[in-house]
Parts: sequence; structure tokens; C-alpha cells
Amino acid sequence: MNAREQAHNEGPVSRADNPSGPQLAVPPVTPPPGPQPPAHGAAGRSHKHESARAQVAGAATYVDDIAEVRGTLHAAPILSTVAHGRLRGVDTRAALAMPGVREVILAGDVPGDPLLATFVHDEPVFASSTVEHIGQVIGLVIAGSVMQARRAARRVLLDIDELPAILQVRDALKAENYVLPPVFVKRGDAAQALKSAPHTLSGQLEVGGQEHFYLEGQVAYVLPQEQNQWLVYSSTQHPGEVQHWVSHALGISNHAVRVECRRMGGGFGGKETQAGHLAVWAAIAANKLKCPVKLRLDRDDDFMVTGKRHPFAYDYSVGFDNSGRLHGLKLVMLANCGFSADLSGPVADRAIFHTDNAYFLEDVEIASYRCKTNTQSHTAFRGFGGPQGVVLIESILGDIARHLGLDPLDVRKHNLYGIDDRNVTHYQMKVEDNILAPLLSKLEQTSQYRRRREAISAWNAGSPVIKRGIAITPVKFGISFTATLFNQAGALVHVYTDGSVQVNHGGTEMGQGLNTKVAQIVADELGVAFEDVLATASDTSKIPNASATAASAGTDLNARAAQYAARNVRDNLAQFVSGLDNCGAGAVSFAGGKISSPKGSRPFPEVVRLAYANRIQLWSDGFYRTPKIHYDKTTLTGRPFYYFAYGAACTEVAIDTLTGESRVLKVDILHDVGTSINPAIDIGQIEGGFVQGMGWLTTEQLVWNDKGYLSTHAPSTYKIPATGDIPEHFKVDFWPEPNREDNVFGSKAVGEPPFMLAISVLEALKEAVAAARPGEVRLDAPATAENVLRALKA
Amino acid sequence: MDIQSPLKIIQFIRGGELVSLANVPPSRTLLEVLREDLGLTGTKEGCGEGDCGACTVVLGQAEGGRMSYRAVNSCIKLAHSLDGQALWTVEDLVAADGSLHPAQEAMVQCHGSQCGFCTPGFVMSLFGMYQNYIAPTLPTACGSLPPEGAAAPADWQSQIRGPGLKGAGALAPKTNPITRELAQQDLSGNLCRCTGYRPILDAAQQMASLPPVKLDEASLLSKLELLAPTSHGLKTDLSYQAPRSLAALLEARAAHPEAQLVAGCTDVGLWVTKMHRQFDQVLDITQVQELRHVEHYPHHIAIGAAVTLSEAFAALVADRPQLQTFAARFAGLPVRNAGTLGGNVANGSPIGDSMPLLIALGASVVLMSVRAGQQVSREMPLEQLYTGYRKNLMAADEVLAWIKVPKPMLGEMLKVYKISKRYDDDISAVCLAVNLHVEDGKVVKTSIGAGGVAATPVRALQTEAALTGQPWALQTVQQAISILRAEFSPISDMRASGAYRSEVLGNLLQRFWLESQGLQQINLESFVLEEAA
Repeated sequence: MNAREQAHNEGPVSRADNPSGPQLAVPPVTPPPGPQPPAHGAAGRSHKHESARAQVAGAATYVDDIAEVRGTLHAAPILSTVAHGRLRGVDTRAALAMPGVREVILAGDVPGDPLLATFVHDEPVFASSTVEHIGQVIGLVIAGSVMQARRAARRVLLDIDELPAILQVRDALKAENYVLPPVFVKRGDAAQALKSAPHTLSGQLEVGGQEHFYLEGQVAYVLPQEQNQWLVYSSTQHPGEVQHWVSHALGISNHAVRVECRRMGGGFGGKETQAGHLAVWAAIAANKLKCPVKLRLDRDDDFMVTGKRHPFAYDYSVGFDNSGRLHGLKLVMLANCGFSADLSGPVADRAIFHTDNAYFLEDVEIASYRCKTNTQSHTAFRGFGGPQGVVLIESILGDIARHLGLDPLDVRKHNLYGIDDRNVTHYQMKVEDNILAPLLSKLEQTSQYRRRREAISAWNAGSPVIKRGIAITPVKFGISFTATLFNQAGALVHVYTDGSVQVNHGGTEMGQGLNTKVAQIVADELGVAFEDVLATASDTSKIPNASATAASAGTDLNARAAQYAARNVRDNLAQFVSGLDNCGAGAVSFAGGKISSPKGSRPFPEVVRLAYANRIQLWSDGFYRTPKIHYDKTTLTGRPFYYFAYGAACTEVAIDTLTGESRVLKVDILHDVGTSINPAIDIGQIEGGFVQGMGWLTTEQLVWNDKGYLSTHAPSTYKIPATGDIPEHFKVDFWPEPNREDNVFGSKAVGEPPFMLAISVLEALKEAVAAARPGEVRLDAPATAENVLRALKA
Repeated sequence: MDIQSPLKIIQFIRGGELVSLANVPPSRTLLEVLREDLGLTGTKEGCGEGDCGACTVVLGQAEGGRMSYRAVNSCIKLAHSLDGQALWTVEDLVAADGSLHPAQEAMVQCHGSQCGFCTPGFVMSLFGMYQNYIAPTLPTACGSLPPEGAAAPADWQSQIRGPGLKGAGALAPKTNPITRELAQQDLSGNLCRCTGYRPILDAAQQMASLPPVKLDEASLLSKLELLAPTSHGLKTDLSYQAPRSLAALLEARAAHPEAQLVAGCTDVGLWVTKMHRQFDQVLDITQVQELRHVEHYPHHIAIGAAVTLSEAFAALVADRPQLQTFAARFAGLPVRNAGTLGGNVANGSPIGDSMPLLIALGASVVLMSVRAGQQVSREMPLEQLYTGYRKNLMAADEVLAWIKVPKPMLGEMLKVYKISKRYDDDISAVCLAVNLHVEDGKVVKTSIGAGGVAATPVRALQTEAALTGQPWALQTVQQAISILRAEFSPISDMRASGAYRSEVLGNLLQRFWLESQGLQQINLESFVLEEAA
């Protein structure tokens, strides 16, 4: 039975009066050892997403759905039409004369710092003297309706003196045009290793960026409150940062700004910093006009304004022996960062950290350049640079195998990290939880890789036009923010006198099921039903200074913090019951909606009422910080990651050698989520991540023209996967072992790692190309039909 | 026009209740009306251009005494076009007791929602499928359907699915009418960024096994009857006219040549949402009864300008089953359900996919007008309609009324190829339609249409000349391939480079040759992996 079947398997009915019928729930996927869910616990089961019923009924509220306060005005951005230039003047007269227009907001209207409170502090709130990309926001038009504002925004006349623009990442390197200084990481002697290696290959690769295409575009709704205080509804992965940015731009204290986010219609990293811009812009308008202002970007503007996944270019030389084992790697990575630093530093760092993927790089030298171009400022996107590291080493290993005439899987297996030796990364972290070899071997068997590879080879020989390819690629992904300080979280658990429970934490819900998992953990800690626990909107006035919900760590951090908060309440109740029943507090247990002592059981609500009457605290905070991690930012060494999440995918594709078109035919995945808190949600992350990664590497092409204009700026021209791109055979299995580190419920983070499973698609495509014309294959990503045809002809 | 004067009242049935809206400007979209005027925020805006499906709603119309249901994009639909129809939004599917419709319940059970933003659109597309494929198989317990209700789906629904599915009405109630392939096709206009679609496709297939929900169609039909014909419109209001007869249409066109003509509005809608155009006057042709049909003649079919793409393709597929996949790859279902073939042709986009096909089929267009009190028409081959990028020969008082498509001839070899970044719901980088008539080993007649290679859809006349009269042989084809590659100078843009377009044009002709020689498994469109399980 695969994981999906397990997720759909009938399990214990968790609540008899559930109107949608019995919950589909499952026993935990993972057998002992490891933490076990309580016999009738909430965690370990495929509870429905806490908002599922509201979502299907159109009753789940997103920022643009919030009933508008009387007097709300709407904003639309004024965008630079030039990639690089001196902004000499802004003529707003025609715009101001348009129906419904109230005001035009420009850089001079920012009461606080004219620069955004980004890490590097290099980005203006509104462009004033220079513009640095087409789509950069120069100001806002404020009007009575969204369309009035948008129409008028296009009537603002910009007087811009064009300056030379740098649009290509290699031009930026040549000009030493960087957003941040280059970083060099070195272990051993790569040059010597290359010199003495029996074989060498060198080459280049380019991998495109990716638009997040969250279905809900960027939006912020800012409401002035009394005494220069502010309420901000923001679709953001980082309410704390929105709060910080807004107060910084308004020149007021953090405590005067409250940011709330109930849910996002998708984030994927695109609402980590980018949501802050929207909120700041709307706040500046609201501040000037003294009324509520909502800014919701049109989809095309969202494409033009906001950053994407960083496109990367690489130059590499690699040495290896007859078995395909790596002897030395010299690598230059060029991250196309766009016009400002944003998160480019940590993104490019993570690309360095994941250049090894699953493999031991003994003698390695990496130069990472953070190139500045006159395009949108590229930002976080699921994997956060990790995919850009992994895709390169997988491409190299595939080529080594094709060069030597070996099976790429053998070359990959031969280079894996060892258990007792060859187990230290190029950033000096020992890989302690390595399951790569058994995981790959299991997938090799269950996917019948070897048999199929032979059958495909025979089939290809007789197929003149269509060629098939198959590839297995592994993933090893480091979990934790590389900036150690972000690895902390807080939560509040409130128990009300009717026994109902509310949990609030610093994480945000973007569809990944964080609130569901947190509620499951809290329910089990208090021994109540999942349905009795309500997770509420993220709110900076409840949990302060919360980190972004990012780095896959949302559940690891917040569910643990919530568990600790619930444990405090539970301890209070246990203490209270021990007094009632004259037993030790340790003898009091919480399960099945009852609190039991050796003297007997009482319903949870009854104990709560009694405890309240006896003035026992029924709510608590919880705080968690990830143990063991440390990391030296200057040398890029240490233990940046608490643990690794592992996985592997076997993908089969077909290409048309006449046109370069391709199809994904079959996918088998074996992925490591530790002990799953919610199998259905984890499968959703694995499948969804894989498909999103497949889009990155196949159909999702960002095209900037020679003026720096992004010509793929809407779903009509930018193609994310659709229903027809999903193979009928799409099988997901879980690796049956709990997290070896002490993590909540024995689980592992699952948001980002599966994204990189899709690199198997690109490698399978290269195998198909090699079936048509043997040898190494240069196939740049995304592998559009045009790129595949080019690879075929090379 | 003085926009202070009262605008025509829009009347429609929503959730079984009559809704009347006054003073809705002619360019206002249905989505704006739903979200901003009616406070129905369940329907979402994802892109504002009909490409993501988050705004999908379902429309119902009486057709031949039965209800027909279409999922459409509300973001690019003008609100006035709703007049006289029934509408369902996601809020309308929850029963009074709070229980969910099978389209919703299946999504919950299959974990089909993550962030939930695309979910209302998927739910509505699923509801459309439910009404078209599952509802007709349900027993008529409450007697709300006519006895022949079991055959409710219009012909096109059974035709477009090809021979595998005879139409939902023919199925035994216990058979699940929704296959995975059908779910993929009907949901291709809805994008999801979270799930990877598998659970949503599962939900589509699970709907039939949930406790059924039936609409009271008899009641709906009688309510819709009261709304039509539109007697409630103010005669003096010219801001949005939707004439019901061809004569009235032509008169209105002659009287108001400056009015914006719309049909399905799947392109004009973007002029409103993206180019911010506003119209003082709109002339909507979709209610013209004469133009809402496909007429069948011995040697050709005539497709009325108000026939939706779904229905038009069904008619084309009925004559030429090999076009089925191409039809399913044209946009997404909500666009095919709203857009018309006439609109696609009149629009004349160089990358519109129907024109290369129609050119290869030898289609002609009929332009009509009323002059000096007389109805006048002229007919021309489709490729002659276009004079430049989005320019055509139509006079200000003319309306494209019919598209005439010849019936297949014995010995016709017709193939149409589409190259796009994404398989479904994408615009071609290159489209090539080849129609060859070979007799005794000789090419006797050729028509080749191409898209994406010039400023208009074009006919490859030089290539045709190189083929016609020649033996159908490799040497002829090789020569034709180089001529075809040289015949056009396509531009480079975000879809593909000019060089790629030229090269692939030739390669597609090569594919045509190989297929004509009986080679199979050489086209990924029809590629079947035998051992896939």
C-alpha cells in the first residue's frame, strides 16, 4: 500500500457528529521505534485541512474578501517603463483629472526612512532619482475604485533619461556589478584534484527563474486606528517583518502597528519579503489620506513588480575516475539577483550548501557571485537556492555517466555520502542521519528502474521519432534557517471555560496545512478531539517577533512551541487534578476528551470549569528554539542544519525529436517525512512540490526582452503545469523511519525538499536526448520544446 | 451617450431566486458585480484574463426545453451578458442545512484544497461536470425532469469525447461517467499551484459516488421562461444591446457602427480588464437565434457566429474525429464554453488556433449587413478576410455571420499540429494544419494553414504549389519542407524564436509525411505508454 492509499484509508472516526461523514484517518505510517501517537490521538492521521469546508464553500476569507470599512480607497502602482534611468519628473496632472482619483503618492510622501527596512537596506520605498527595472514602483494612484486607480496609474507621465541597463547575468559579472560581495568556499585542492583526475569535463549551464504564481496575488489592506496606530491585513508569510517595515517607513514604533494574516492564497516564498512592499506602500497612502487604503495588484503588475526565483548560470570543471567518482569540482555560480539584495545573500548561500546534494565533494572550490541586473529583485522561492545547487550537481553526474557509458544511477550511488567516512559536507557539517543508500536502493527496486531502463533502451532503438528516458535523482535538504537566530518560535494556547481550545502561533497558513498540524499536536497534548482546537489568524499582537514561515520549518518550530504552550496548561490541570484526587501529577493522563487519575476519569470541560473556579491559569505561552545549530557566516562553516530531509524520485519521460516537445509519463517517489503528523497533507506537499518543480524545469519560462521588459507576465504567456501535465502513474511512498533528531512528533519538514525531486524530470529528458544522439547533453532549463530541440541538435 | 440615464436592468436567476440589477455600466464584468456589488466574495480573481479559472461560475440556459450548463470565467464576462440566464456561484452550492454539494464534498474528502484560492473555481467546474455528466444519470425521483431528461447533455458533449463515451445519458447509473481523461480535459482551464492536481482529479471521479443532489430543473425552466424574451429592457437604452434576431442585429450594427461588437467576450474581456477600455455601447450577438446553431448541408456545415467554441468544435469533430485532441487543447473549457468560433475568426489573431485549421479545411466566411433596407451578404475564403495584424475586410456595418466548412471528401488527409509550451490551455508557438488529397499516388489538392508564423493566420500557398500535382513521395515532401521553412519569416517572441518556428514548421510537415506512411507512436499527443499502469 503506498502512502496515498494509506492517507485515504479509513481510520477511527474521530467525531460522531461530523456532518461530512466519517473522517478518513489512518494509523501513523511509521512503525516503531520513535514517538508513537496516542492510541486515539489526532496526530498521525489524515485530518482534513482545517479550512477545507470553508474553502470549498467560498467562505474562507482572504484579504480582498474582508468587508471594507466605509471610506476605503484603492491604490494602483505607477510602474517604471525603463529598465535603468534617471527619473527627472513625474507629471500627475492627467491622472489626477481622471474620475474618482483622490491622490497620487510619491517618494516625498514617505514620512520615515525613504529606504525599505530590508536586510541590506538598499531598496527605496518608491523610486525617486533613478529607476532600476521595468516595473519598479514609483508611486501610487489612489482612487475610489480599483479600476479607477488602475486606469489613472497609466496616465501618469514619467520623464526618464535612459541609462545603459545590464540585463544578462554574465554582463553583470563582467562589469562586477553585484548586490553583495562574492563568496568563496573551498575544501581540499580542487585544482590539483582536477589535474590528476583520469577524466575531466567542463561546461556551462543555465537554469531559469520561476514566478511564484500564487493564485492569490499580492494584497494589503491598511486601516488607520486611533492615536497613530495601524491595523494591516496582509497576505504575508512574515507578519512580523511587515510590522517592522511599515513602522520603519512611517517613522513610528513597532508596537503601534498590528499585522494580521488569517491565510494566504499561496505563498511559496513569494510573500516572504515581497508582501512587505505592498503593505508599506498602502500604509504610506493611508497615512497621507487618513483613511483605509487597499492595494491589490493586478496579476500582470504582480509579475512586473515582484521578484522571482533567482535564475542561475554556471561554469564548471569536474574531474572523475573510471567509475564516475568525483575527484574535484571547480564551480562558478552566478545568481541573477535583480536590482537589489533582498534575500539574495542567503539564497545564494543555500545554493552553495546544496551543491553537494547527496554527494561527497572532497576537493571543491565554489565561487558564488551575487550579480546585479536591471530586473525585478529576485527573492525567496520554495527551496531558496537549494534547487539551484542540486540541479547543477545532478546535471554534472548525469553527464559523467553519459561520458563514461555508465548508468547514471550507478554514478550517483557511487558518489553518495558515506556513513563512517566521506560524511562531512564542504561546509564542515557531519551528515549524521544519512539514509541515502537504502532509500535509493528501495526506490530502484519498487520503481523497477533497471528493468525499465533496459526496456526503454530497446524500445528507443526501434522508435524513429519518439525517444524515452528514465532517471532517478535523490534529494538531501538541510532543515533550519541558515541564519541561526530565526530558528525560534512562540505560541499561545488558550483553554476556555467550555473546554474549547484556541491556539495561536507565529507561523502563517498558506495552504501547507500548518494550522491543521499544529491543532493536531495541541489536541493530543491536551487529550481532546481535533475539532475542539481552533487555530486562529497570525497576529503580531499575539506572538511578537515571529520568524517568517519559511525554510520548511513552519511545523518544526511552531507546532513545538504550541506543544510546549499546551503542555504548560496541561501541567496546571494535572497539578489541579492531583490535588483533587490526592495523587501525583504524573499519574494524571489526558486522552479521549477525558482527564484521568487513578481515582477515575472526568470529561475535559468539567475539569476546566472546576479549575477555573479554583483560579487555575488556563492559558499559556510556549517557546521553542532549535537545538544543536550554529554557523559562522564569515567562513560559511558549522552546523547550519538541525537535520536533513531525504527523498528520491524515478521519472520517465518521452520527447519528440522533430519538435522537442516532451511529456512526463511515470513518476515514482520515495520521500522521508519522518513520522508523518498528517499523511494526506504531507502527500499534498510532496506531489504539489514535485509538480511545481516540474513546471520550473519544463514549461515555466520567464522571458525578458532586449529592453528588460518581462514579456511573460500573465498566465496567458507564463505556463505553470495544468491538469493535463500530470502523469497517470504518480506514486508516492513514505520512508518508514522517524526523524533521528528530536523533532515534533518525530516528523520531518516537508515544504521544500520534494520540490527538488523534479530534477529527475530534467535528468530523464537528458537521457531521452542522449538516446537520440549519444554523449553529454547540455539542456538548459526550462526544457521547453525549443530548448530540447536545441539540445538534440548540439 | 449620457451615462446618467438609467441603464438596462439585468435580470437573472441565482440560486433559484430572481435577481435584478440596475445601473450596471456596459463594460462592467460579472466578477466585479459579484464581488463588489453583491458582496459575493467566494468567487476569486486570479488573473483577470480567463486563464486561471479561479473566477469560474456556472451559467444555465434553456435549450430545446432543457437546461444546459456551462462553466465560464466571470472575470472576462460582461455582466450584461448574463441577462435572462441562470447563474450559480460557489456560495449557491451549500444546502440550507449546511451540507455540501458533491462537488464540494468530494474536494474535502480527497484533500483537494490547500491554499483554497483556486478551490471555488474548481468547485464550479466540477459542478458544471456534475450537471452535465452525473445529474442526467440520476433517477428522476422528484419528477422534476422530463422523462427524456436522462439524455440531457447536448450532442457536443458526447461527440467531443470521441467513441469511448457515448454521452452521459447512455450510461447505466452505476457507471461513473467521469473518467480521469474527462476530468483532465474539463479542468484544464483551472490552475492550481499547490496540489499538483492529483487529489482534484480524484475528487472529480469521486463525485458520482456521493449522495446525489438534483436541481429542480422544471422550476428553473419556468422561471427562465418568464425572463425571456427580454421585455424589461428600456427601449431607449442603447448601452448594451443583445438583439434576438439577425435582422435586429444587422439594423443595430448599421445604426451603431461605433458600438463594440462582442460575442463570447473571451478576448474583448481582456481589453476591459487589461487595457482598461470602456465602452459606451456594446452590441452582443450571442442572443441572435439564427446564429446560435450549426446548420448542416450536403456539402458543408455553416457555423453561426454565436456558436460557442465547444459546440463548433463538436461539429467539426463529428465530421473529422481526428480533430478531437486539437479541440480539447484549444484554451480551457470555460473559454471554449463562452468564446465563439466567429469571435475567434473575426478577431483574426495571428496565433488564434482555429484559423490555420479552417484555412486548411477550405472554410469561408459570410459577412452580412443591411443596406438600403436590404440584407446583403458576401462570402470569401477565410484567409482573404485578413489584411494585416488584427485587420480585416469587414466594413463598419458588417457582421461576420457564418463560417462555412466543407464536408470531408473521400481521400482527404487532414492533420493539425500545435506546438506550445504547455500541453493544455496554451497558445501555439506554431500551428500547422495540412489537408492533402491524394489520388493514384498524386497530390491533387492541397490546403495548408499556418499560425504563429506571420502577422495574420496564413495559407502556405508556395508550399501548396510545390505539392500539388506531384507524386506523394519523400522527394516531394523534402522539397516542400524547405519551401515551407522559407515561405514565412516568423518573429521571435516569448513563445519561441523565429528560427525555431521555421524549423519546426518543416518538421511538422515531415511528421505529416511519416504519419501518412502509417508510422504510429510518433506524436506525443496520441502517444500511449503500453506498460503504464
